Amino acid sequence: MTTTVTTAQADGHATADPHALAAAFDAAVADEVRIEPRDWMPDAYRDTLVRQMAQHAHSEIIGMQPEANWITRAPSLRRKAILMAKVQDEAGHGLYLYSATETLGVSRDDLLDKLHAGRQRYSSIFNYPTLTWADVGAIGWLVDGAAITNQVPLCRCSYGPYARAMVRICKEESFHQRQGYELLLALSRGTPEQHAMAQDAVNRWWWPSLMMFGPPDDESAHSAQSMAWRIKRHSNDELRRRFVDICVPQAEILGLTLPDPDLRWNEERGGYDHGPIDWAEFREVLRGNGPCNRERLERRRAAHESGAWVRQAAVAYAAKQREAGRAAGHGADQEAGA
Amino acid sequence: MSEGQRQEGGGWPLWEVFVRSRRGLSHTHAGSLHAPDAEMALRNARDLYTRRAEGVSIWVVPSAAVTASSPDEKDPFFEPAADKAYRHPTFYAIPEGVKHL
Repeated sequence: MTTTVTTAQADGHATADPHALAAAFDAAVADEVRIEPRDWMPDAYRDTLVRQMAQHAHSEIIGMQPEANWITRAPSLRRKAILMAKVQDEAGHGLYLYSATETLGVSRDDLLDKLHAGRQRYSSIFNYPTLTWADVGAIGWLVDGAAITNQVPLCRCSYGPYARAMVRICKEESFHQRQGYELLLALSRGTPEQHAMAQDAVNRWWWPSLMMFGPPDDESAHSAQSMAWRIKRHSNDELRRRFVDICVPQAEILGLTLPDPDLRWNEERGGYDHGPIDWAEFREVLRGNGPCNRERLERRRAAHESGAWVRQAAVAYAAKQREAGRAAGHGADQEAGA
Repeated sequence: MSEGQRQEGGGWPLWEVFVRSRRGLSHTHAGSLHAPDAEMALRNARDLYTRRAEGVSIWVVPSAAVTASSPDEKDPFFEPAADKAYRHPTFYAIPEGVKHL
């Protein structure tokens, strides 16, 4: 039997006893054995991964928009080159994740169709606008910082292709966070106007960044099952607290404040307590009523549609080259040389 | 899902990418991507997997051309290697003090 190595391909298991398969799967997960694409897995595990990984992939490519907004207006060639490299990285991260998602037996086209139709989500953080240059710094420091806090444990996710994609992504994310921090530091130590601009950006991005960790543990629909499957390693609130603890001293060195009057050290717990999060705002943005929901999706659809002729032309060219190769007496598939 | 279904991506088939990180090392699997032909697969692979000088050489192989052992056959397929401890040097008892062995 010939199958692709990276494709989910479950029919080979059809004859086996489903209870035995489920028991073997549970035991493998409990033993920290990575699940690979062609292994048997429960349908719900597969569905959960497709939902989470697709959302993650969509977030990477939608996330290019708020930052790309500033490429043409970056204040120096250095900052412009950095921002272009970062936005290019986000595209790359999307591609790693789409490939990993496809190993679960879904097609790239189907994933993009669902994004464009609003049937699969992306992180709601990208529905906020980038109003000033300082927002590029705040996104790098806070949004990428929150993403790293979420993503580092995903490097040990039970599903092999997802874990491997996350290892690559995490390596590249740390540049994103540091460039944002450096950018904010330059503004914070600049003129009073620049300092105020940096503070304003942090004021606007702080709370949405905390929302990136998802709803509180007692309201999180998928958390318990995902933890049992070792897709998730830590609860939403645990990761959120970890992020807050990391940010407070970083903000002090920046010379900026975090917009939370209730933020204070909890001696007993050895961490910072933060004030209440406006979950009504979170739900509204999730529902499609954030400042930029419509704009982001429209832009994404337009890019896809206006690129259609390029994709078609590439296919036509490839077909023509194959024909020419055949006519010249070469094998049709001899392209894949070393 | 068959490999045929996977090629619907706008007609762009899937390619497996192997990268040699530096001379002296073998190519290792880096990931996969869609591309209309081998030349574009190479270019896309360069942009996707070597943005930070991770490689000095890239192979791209149509995913459909890879033949894999079935996960179901795993145990019997690899079983012949499991009970042949005598293929490992530690199987042999050597008196203490014997050098260079």
